[in-house]
Amino acid sequence: MTAAVFFGCAFIAFGPAFSLFIFTIAKDPLRVIILIAGAFFWLVSLLLSSLVWFIATKATNAQDLTLQKDLLIFGCMFSVILQEVFRFAYYRLLRKANEGLAAISEEDGPPLSVREMAYVSGLGFGIMSGAFSMINTLSDSLGPGTVGLFGDSQYYFITSGVTSIALTLLHTFWGVVFFEGCERKRWWVIAVVLCLHLMVTSLSLLNPFYVGSVPPVYAIMLLMAVWAFFSSGGSLHNITLLWTCRKSNTETSS
Amino acid sequence: MVLESSKWLMFLVCWHFKNVSCNSVAQKIYVELNNTVPCVRLLNATHQIGCQSSISGDTGVIHVLESEADLEWPLSKGPNPPYMVLLESSLFTRSIMMKMKNASSRVAGVVVVLKTSPPEFSPHTTCPNENTGVYTDTYDHNLAHCNTTVWNPQGNGLSYEEFDFPVFSLKEDNETEVIKQCYFDHNRAVNGSGLQYPLCAMQLFSHMYAVTDTATCIRRKNIDFSSSPVIVCDPLGDYNVWASIRPYNNTAFGHKENESVVIAAARLDSRSFFLQDSTGAEGSISGFVTLLAAAQALREVTQEAPPTRNILFAFFQGEVFDYIGSSRMVYDMKNDKFVIDLDNVHSILEIGQVAVRSGANLFLHSDPVSRRNYTVNNEVTNLVNNLQSSTAGLNFSLVEAGFSQPLPPSSLQRFLRARAIPGIVLADHQTAFNNRYYESFYDNAAHLNLTYPSNLSPEEQLEFVTDTAKSLTEVATAVARALYKQAGGNDAQVNNINADPKMVTQMLYGFLVRSNNSWFQAVMAPELKDFLQPNPPQYYVGVARSSHQAKALTSLVQYLLANLTGTATNLTQSQCQKPDELPNESTHMYSYLWVQGMVPPNSTQRESFCVRAAVRLAKAESPAFELEDYTSKEYSTWTESQWKFIKARIFLVASRDLEVLTLGVGVAVLFTSLLVTYFVSTKADVLFSDVREPARAAY
Repeated sequence: MTAAVFFGCAFIAFGPAFSLFIFTIAKDPLRVIILIAGAFFWLVSLLLSSLVWFIATKATNAQDLTLQKDLLIFGCMFSVILQEVFRFAYYRLLRKANEGLAAISEEDGPPLSVREMAYVSGLGFGIMSGAFSMINTLSDSLGPGTVGLFGDSQYYFITSGVTSIALTLLHTFWGVVFFEGCERKRWWVIAVVLCLHLMVTSLSLLNPFYVGSVPPVYAIMLLMAVWAFFSSGGSLHNITLLWTCRKSNTETSS
Repeated sequence: MVLESSKWLMFLVCWHFKNVSCNSVAQKIYVELNNTVPCVRLLNATHQIGCQSSISGDTGVIHVLESEADLEWPLSKGPNPPYMVLLESSLFTRSIMMKMKNASSRVAGVVVVLKTSPPEFSPHTTCPNENTGVYTDTYDHNLAHCNTTVWNPQGNGLSYEEFDFPVFSLKEDNETEVIKQCYFDHNRAVNGSGLQYPLCAMQLFSHMYAVTDTATCIRRKNIDFSSSPVIVCDPLGDYNVWASIRPYNNTAFGHKENESVVIAAARLDSRSFFLQDSTGAEGSISGFVTLLAAAQALREVTQEAPPTRNILFAFFQGEVFDYIGSSRMVYDMKNDKFVIDLDNVHSILEIGQVAVRSGANLFLHSDPVSRRNYTVNNEVTNLVNNLQSSTAGLNFSLVEAGFSQPLPPSSLQRFLRARAIPGIVLADHQTAFNNRYYESFYDNAAHLNLTYPSNLSPEEQLEFVTDTAKSLTEVATAVARALYKQAGGNDAQVNNINADPKMVTQMLYGFLVRSNNSWFQAVMAPELKDFLQPNPPQYYVGVARSSHQAKALTSLVQYLLANLTGTATNLTQSQCQKPDELPNESTHMYSYLWVQGMVPPNSTQRESFCVRAAVRLAKAESPAFELEDYTSKEYSTWTESQWKFIKARIFLVASRDLEVLTLGVGVAVLFTSLLVTYFVSTKADVLFSDVREPARAAY
């Protein structure tokens, strides 16, 4: 639409990811490397799945619209499955690498715990996924026009940005939960993550429902947030501890 | 569920509309308009005319203008300036355009939808080519600047105004329907309440590089910063087509001893406000089709009983823009760069606008100032007598226009500027033009009443002889007979000279309805058959190209003239390309053209053959560019600006509030996430206390 919408949507979509990066990742170079490698793994998975979809569309009749729509659905599902496969592959790679990193590091023990790796790789997946889905929309938001001539909602850009936050954070939480499940050999966790990812993707296929697809995605995100919090060592006790800590801090300081 | 299914339907419709999968956001936003004709910028020695958009396009909320009073909305009352005003052709008048020009901060652009013709409309000036004709203050003060006769009284001069917003034209088709639908859905105020965002808007791109005048833009071209110069404007020009009864050696220029030539002239080009949409049915086509038919009528008799003088048929290009073609030919004649020079010219007969008669008379215009000379006056009277006697047995008569009246705008004026040559201009108007649509896009086949019965196929329409064709055929017969007599031909042969109505109607069909017909295909060269389209050819002279290929109209006239005045030979295609190797053929005297030929009824292969004709192309670029005098008052200095791209698109615009809201939400989200993340990361050891356990266990 204009520069205002461009910057607004860019801040909405990449604000949380940017702040997470600054406060948790940027100081530690090892985390940066794992983040970027995670992003790369996600990109490769998307490349392979889009190759499959591309071949499928070129091999069939381009004029048959229902077939093309079905191929798109198939492509999306295949891509989700491939992303989770690559997440598992990245988990294995990181486990292997961790032993090597432990050997060369100066401290005793591995420099990064599995939980930290889970969080960073999930964030890597999330940032790249958000960027990939948002950049195209952002570049078109710079022009003078807005979506709506063909009956779409005029809140398209805001909705895209908001969905992009959800996608980034969801990937982060899925990464945490997934790695934890792999560590504890709880394979049902992987299946649940896969199902939730498929569900979120199929919600996006409901478009052009734009504004209506946001609440379910956010519901799933909140659910995942809670699960990831508990899975990475948090508990209600810790939250109450936080409150009392603050209270005691204020008491002692006053 | 109904809403969902309608949204599915919209999605599928969108998909179908784009016929590619609907997964680019730009396709959701913009609808590109493909069939638009822009108004572009032209420059001359002193002015720039035409339209200009800003470099990143001009965007405006669409407003469909219903009447002149409705102009108040975009110009003063409307709350969402700037506006893109959509006009029907009946509202495309000088007063409306001037009001918008004066309020151009609120007008982003104008789009004209061409519909039915108004009763009269001419965007040209009232006195065409007034500064480059022969009637200057020194020649005759009373006749200069149309003081005696205003030739184009309906002229409103819009074509010569400068607008700093883009003006585009659209035809009445699907794209215009989409625009109007968008307007009615989004831009109509409901029940007197304010307009609801999002509003339908249009963006026009037609940024022109050249500014100020020709001298400035040529100077900018010549500043050589790098090896490739930046060209911002190009001079107008093309080629003149000329042919003669007896061929001339094309390498021997200058005066020819004992040669006396009668020149028969017509002009080829015309223009309109939107240059690429030029038609010129009455303005130019009527004249040159008549001359082509006269040339064909003279072919047999000049071979059996050749006249004493030679006849040279000249078709000039670029006459609308200050006589580019004729001024170049006169310049070449004066400077010994043409096969004859001005001393060889005996007299000139020019065919002007001849198709719209008001009565049974056509008029003969002559120049009163040169006729003050006794010899010139005698010659002109002689020519008038030849012409008037040639109408014997035909359904019209030729009358001299008033004696103290100047010549209408015509190529003859440029010859008179150089030398007092006896000449006549043949026209259907006695004083002002009968052409109510002079140099406008309404001067088309309908203006000439060129109607065909509705049940004919295109090929049958080609053969159908219309009334217009019949009347032009008679004019052509009279012209041919008069030329023959003027050239000193045998009087006994005169009544054998008759123009062919079938040829005239085929030419009118090809030049006014569709140029891609079987006859034009047969006379054209195989490599030029792409010039023939399902539309009429373009009549705007266009930019002079550096290649030696003439444009579509010029090439078509060249090949037609070759077909009508030349002879078919037995040469093969390779011989046709190198005829000098043969003993009796010479490219100095003739040009040899390989043409496609007709398709015989029982086969699919064309019978191509080689035509030998004394038809030549002569460069028609203004002498001002040869002499590098870019502020010349003597010659045409018209140039056309260059541009990068020209396009138009429509889309919806959102309200300013929504945009600022988006930015505000974005900034809020950014700050909130920064705060929350900072807070969580400093308290991470408290929140995720489980982390310490494995470390303790490791001990």
